[in-house]
Amino acid sequence: MSQSYNRGLIEDYGRWKEFSAGMWAWIFHKFTGWMLIGYLFTHIAVLSTAIGAAQGETVEVFAEDLPNVEGTGLTEVDIYTATLGGLEGLFIVRLLEVGLLAVAVFHILNGLRLLMIDLGIGLEAQDKSFYASLILTGIITVASVPTFLKGVGF
Amino acid sequence: MAERYSSFAPGGTAWLLQRITAAFLVVVLAFHFFQLHFVNHAAEVTFMGTRARMENVGYFLTMVLFLIAGTFHGVNGVYNALVNQGLSGTPKKVVLAVLTIASVALIVQGIWVALAMAGMI
Repeated sequence: MSQSYNRGLIEDYGRWKEFSAGMWAWIFHKFTGWMLIGYLFTHIAVLSTAIGAAQGETVEVFAEDLPNVEGTGLTEVDIYTATLGGLEGLFIVRLLEVGLLAVAVFHILNGLRLLMIDLGIGLEAQDKSFYASLILTGIITVASVPTFLKGVGF
Repeated sequence: MAERYSSFAPGGTAWLLQRITAAFLVVVLAFHFFQLHFVNHAAEVTFMGTRARMENVGYFLTMVLFLIAGTFHGVNGVYNALVNQGLSGTPKKVVLAVLTIASVALIVQGIWVALAMAGMI
């Protein structure tokens, strides 16, 4: 026998003060999903510099400015390496990457929770597994900060 | 009003594909983050390093499948979220058409990028 819940109209976000754990999980999953698909389009746009690099397109950069270029002074590097290095040299980009990790980890962990719910496993603990997803996301994110900010703060 | 906690009509093809791609993406997204932030650091990525990885056929195919599965999962999720919010009629058809075109464009562009990375074009 399938079980259903009286959730009311969750799409009415003005009711957020009445939301339970499952409703918050639903909203967090949706918002992290929006961020991830938005990022995918940006990601492919940035990686598209590989097309220019494959065709021999280069730019002159100061090697000291890019974390992925060795040597010193004005150096000619391919457009892909220069673009990625230019972005990775910025503190704000590294910080946003930590945010992206947090968003991706939560979406993965809550996604596993949703797959379990779809299979009917652990339905009675769905609120606890949401809290576990949040806590584990927090731990993994904090533990990743030194790796993600290496060279721009750590 | 009693409803399921889901944006999807249960039992449909979109519902099933969303879950199949989810199971694949859980593994590959975790691998992708681990590979490019912990094994290789994002700040040390160069074109030659990317080419070396993409020249491996297994890695190349995994990344192309990752792109296709990620695009479908993401865009299908957005579409169903909008339908869930009450999108219907002509706007629903327009949104579906726009999202489909955007998905195809992203996949074509992504495969072009992958081929360039692997040195195949």
